[in-house]
Amino acid sequence: MIDPTLAAPLADRLLAMADDELILAHRNSEWAGHGPILEEDIAFANIALDEMGHAAIWYGLRGDITGEDTDRLIFFRSAGHYRNAQIVELPRGDWAFSMLRQYLFDAAESVWLGQLAASDYAPLAQAAAKIATEERYHLRHTSLWLRRLGLGTAESHARLQAALDTLWPYARQLFAPLPGDAALVAAGILPHPAALAHEWHGRARPYLAECGLILPDDAPSRRDIPRTEHTEHLMDLLAVMQSVARLDPTAEW
Amino acid sequence: MLAEADIWRALEAVMDPEIPVVSVVEMGIIRAVAVSAGEVVVTMTPTFSGCPALEVMRRDIAAAVRGLGAARVTVHTVLHPPWSTEWISDAGREKLRRFGLAPPPRFSGDPAGVAFFDLAECPRCGSTRTSLRNAFGPTLCRMIWYCHDCQDAFEQFKAL
Repeated sequence: MIDPTLAAPLADRLLAMADDELILAHRNSEWAGHGPILEEDIAFANIALDEMGHAAIWYGLRGDITGEDTDRLIFFRSAGHYRNAQIVELPRGDWAFSMLRQYLFDAAESVWLGQLAASDYAPLAQAAAKIATEERYHLRHTSLWLRRLGLGTAESHARLQAALDTLWPYARQLFAPLPGDAALVAAGILPHPAALAHEWHGRARPYLAECGLILPDDAPSRRDIPRTEHTEHLMDLLAVMQSVARLDPTAEW
Repeated sequence: MLAEADIWRALEAVMDPEIPVVSVVEMGIIRAVAVSAGEVVVTMTPTFSGCPALEVMRRDIAAAVRGLGAARVTVHTVLHPPWSTEWISDAGREKLRRFGLAPPPRFSGDPAGVAFFDLAECPRCGSTRTSLRNAFGPTLCRMIWYCHDCQDAFEQFKAL
């Protein structure tokens, strides 16, 4: 059982993790039927479905604490109550943009999961270990795409570099602590987000360079964005994602 | 009161909905069966977390146990230890092959050491003149390969 004073911070952190996976899964699913080749259409739809499965695990762990129903959380929450990072809600862009975003997310998730597997909160540690077994396929896939695009033609390189220029400043929000995180870190439930960011930089930076990419200026170019703030794109996404469920909120699925 | 052995036997007839020749027992997803006065608890673990067949399996498992006359059946899901394709039985692997799905590559001990893309053997002709076409396939648990002897595609169960 979780210490009652830690329940709310842990529920907040789980919601952030679940929302990241769900919104990214939805964005990725938009490629179904539009992938550059059939194999990629299949691969990216699989990755989207995996992320949705992972979202379901995190929502479930939150529900164990709060008693909330996952479907209600997903389909009947407005944009202002979503806690995903902005990087996952941005429109899918071109293929280079979606691949780069997925790579940055996969690399971040791999660091998160590696550390969460040592959490003192057993359900969190166990879920992280389970999800990590599936995530390896994603990172492998997106890493290959980055090499292909980055070291491919002038056109593919330019598009990937443009994607990095846009996405890099957003990526650090994936490691920004939530207001309640400090208590979870002190209790051994959560790794220190700043240490995670350091590990992620150590892995992502050299790899991006290997793919022929130049990292945008490191100086923070913008203020820290809290997860309570969203771009207008999240509203558009939710309008589509929630439209069917909201036609009849009492329907049984 | 039902015997545990009866329940395991009933579960051997519950097939994976996406691979209807292999049972949930052969897949290694049934972790425990417990019988107490009037209640049966079956503990299962998911294969791939996002697998849409999970809910169907859960329902089929409960129905099979209820079919034995159990008054109350609970299907409990655990994530630990994480499911691995190493838990698919030898009989299950052979059935996969006959179904046309190459069994997953074997690895021992450390799952981090999985040779993800070890050569797959074509389930039709046994050839190893094969190449990976896609690490993702028509379901979360499958990869797509090509056999240069059959000159046709085949699928392999993904190592996890």
